[in-house]
Amino acid sequence: MTDNTLPTCLIDGEEVPFTPGQTLIQAATAAGKYIPHLCWHPDFAAHGSCKICTVKADGRFGAACTIEARAGMTVENRTTELDDKRRTLLQLLFVEGNHFCPSCEKSGNCLLQATAYEVGMMSPHFDHFYPDRPVDASHPDVLLDFNRCIMCELCVRASRDVDGKNIFALSGRGIKSHLIVNSESGRIKDTDFSAGDRAAEVCPVGVILKKRVGFAVPIGGRKYDVSPVSAQVGAQAPTREEA
Amino acid sequence: MPATMTTTSALQSVLARQGHDGTRLMQILRETQEALGWLSPPVLTEIARDIGWPRARVESTAGFYSFFHTRPLGRYRVLWSDNITDRMLGNIDLMQAMCEKLWLEPGRVSEDGLVSVDTTSCTGMCDQGPALLVNYRAVTRMTPRRVEAMVDLIRAETPVAAWPAEWFAVEDNIRRKDILLGNALVPGEALAAALERGAAAMLDEIKRSGLRGRGGAGFGTGLKWEACRDAMGEAHYVICNADEGEPGTFKDRVLLTRYADLVFEGMTIAGHVVGAKKGLLYLRGEYRYLLEPLESVLAARRAAGLLGGNILGQPFDFDIEVHLGAGAYICGEESALIESLEGKPGRPRIRPPFPVTHGYLGQPTTVNNVETLAAACLVAKHGGEWYSKVGTTKSAGSKILSVSGDVERPGIYEYPFGVTVQQVLNDAGIEGCTQAVQVSGPSGVTLGQNELERRIAFEDIPTAGALMVFDCTRDMFEVARNFAHFFAHESCGFCTPCRVGTTVVARLMDKLATGHGSPYDIDEMFKMHRLMQGASHCGLGNSACNPMFDTLNKFRPAYERRLKSLDYEPAFDLDAALSQARQMTGRDDAAAHLANVEES
Repeated sequence: MTDNTLPTCLIDGEEVPFTPGQTLIQAATAAGKYIPHLCWHPDFAAHGSCKICTVKADGRFGAACTIEARAGMTVENRTTELDDKRRTLLQLLFVEGNHFCPSCEKSGNCLLQATAYEVGMMSPHFDHFYPDRPVDASHPDVLLDFNRCIMCELCVRASRDVDGKNIFALSGRGIKSHLIVNSESGRIKDTDFSAGDRAAEVCPVGVILKKRVGFAVPIGGRKYDVSPVSAQVGAQAPTREEA
Repeated sequence: MPATMTTTSALQSVLARQGHDGTRLMQILRETQEALGWLSPPVLTEIARDIGWPRARVESTAGFYSFFHTRPLGRYRVLWSDNITDRMLGNIDLMQAMCEKLWLEPGRVSEDGLVSVDTTSCTGMCDQGPALLVNYRAVTRMTPRRVEAMVDLIRAETPVAAWPAEWFAVEDNIRRKDILLGNALVPGEALAAALERGAAAMLDEIKRSGLRGRGGAGFGTGLKWEACRDAMGEAHYVICNADEGEPGTFKDRVLLTRYADLVFEGMTIAGHVVGAKKGLLYLRGEYRYLLEPLESVLAARRAAGLLGGNILGQPFDFDIEVHLGAGAYICGEESALIESLEGKPGRPRIRPPFPVTHGYLGQPTTVNNVETLAAACLVAKHGGEWYSKVGTTKSAGSKILSVSGDVERPGIYEYPFGVTVQQVLNDAGIEGCTQAVQVSGPSGVTLGQNELERRIAFEDIPTAGALMVFDCTRDMFEVARNFAHFFAHESCGFCTPCRVGTTVVARLMDKLATGHGSPYDIDEMFKMHRLMQGASHCGLGNSACNPMFDTLNKFRPAYERRLKSLDYEPAFDLDAALSQARQMTGRDDAAAHLANVEES
């Protein structure tokens, strides 16, 4: 339904209405249009770090999650040029961490994997970095597997803004950036993190996993196994119950 | 335990001095580390508790900056400046010699916990290298003899304070003065002229002068001050960006050494114009040695009624504080600098909003370069029209250049805008032929021999002022490789293209350097350039591939002679991988080498 009173911008040639103040990705999502993304989540303030949502707005590259929609703005989204860039960005994320999809509990529910399928990523292309990122299995209910972290800071935002706990933060710089938890020991068991926290649900990849429910839904029947991410615009990352 | 008591009392006095204020976390961490040697986990916990921040946020900041360490790195920490100019002066050989004498590998701490030796990004001593930092204190002009003497002092555990004073001498090397460096202003003169004009009229003069930002981007200073002045907020702030991190640049160091009054006076004038009561000077950690001298200048200005309440008898209050950075090039980006001033990791903010409306503590803030603020004093004294007559149409005034590399007289040269690169080279003295000039540091532009008539001006080459000169014996591939590693080291890590891309590029350059490159890898570099230039979050990622792009276009033979074949070549070298097996089996006969096996 298009509200005729709203201004519109043009995304891939299609008129998309927006309410003033909305970003391009908010307007597109509300209109059921898919702009590939990883660090953006409708419930949280834009972060603008993954750059997967890079579009060309009036001829200039920018992240769709940080550009405010303007009336008459012409936006290129799913063009060959932009999907090529997205594929390269995804490949960079895959080689930066240790992503072994076949053995990952998140496979099929993973936004990184689904987005890679969506833009036709067939190989990691670059040499793997193989970083050393030990897992933290200290918590009774939750496992942290840092190997899969893509630095989107959704858990940081959820814990800070929703749970009011500040369990997570990024430390380090550059390629040495890494997720830390809020305890002197550096272990998740020494924080007040709980499996019921919003931060426990929000990870788009497989860093934060609840224990004792792994593979409850078999691979093949999971969220993105059933239909591609581009066909599920507006749907949130799956909760444990759905998975 | 006495040790713990000492720790606690040292920490408590730092926290008290910094007012238990989390926005001062950078200063708390630096002073704590100066007192305790390193930032241990319990110390970070105590700091977090005291300032009322989540511990993870304190650790986040402590882990971001190169000069903070959350593990012990020795009672003596030696960091060799690793700009290309230091390399040309032989820093790597000197560092190796130092490591051999200390029985140490670069990057490792000695077994007895005494010393560590490593490299760091350019320390801003390019005109007097090879340079290093010892316990974050700048040392210049290293020689083999100094290395030997330094190793002896470290072994004898002589405190750094008792080391020969001449090692820490930093020369100004001012070679050419123009309107700014040759000014005859006395402290307070420009400020009095500004106050007499009144804030609105002073702003008009700045706009009339055509003064543009000297950090390289060249934004109109008048426009910036006006936007800040007009923005609504509880308080307004003036920030002086003295995070001079662009390799090859050292003019702010000299301004802050010899012309500190002028810089502070420019900040005060800016404060009067935008309606600020507080100014902050963000000094790069490499210039730690300037902190005390700058604070005495501030004290003298307070005593003279040029800072504090009722300045020069007028109803105008303004004061300035110096904050130190801790080894992060990205903090030269103004929004990252503000994050750092607020005690956070220096990650550039999403813009808009810009600092002029939402800056320090969310308030209207003008962030100006050291040189811009100093130049504002000239405008205050002589008027905008006078100033606009110097330089070119779109680039009013003068520019201070930091000249280093293959010249006879490296140092500071001030010219009216519009000077040709060739003119600067003539004045600095060239022996033999010049192959290339890197203008504005790694993020700038590489000029070839046929481009030396180009001009230093916003109309042609905008620059923060670095000129690194390379004669015909220099390998331009190695120049670009040095820069690639610089960007990989300094990427803040926020956005994907820059965080991972800079490392991918540095690895590609290393692959070529070890003789495993192919045309395929050069295509890959262009691909990374195209990706990072459009998709990165800030200027660092956008310009990180510039030196590679320029040198590939202008000095391609330097790359091509390294290519192993014209087809794809893997980075993995099977025969080299077998060397371990040869070593373990004690075999080194012909049949143990792959090349011979293939032939048979």
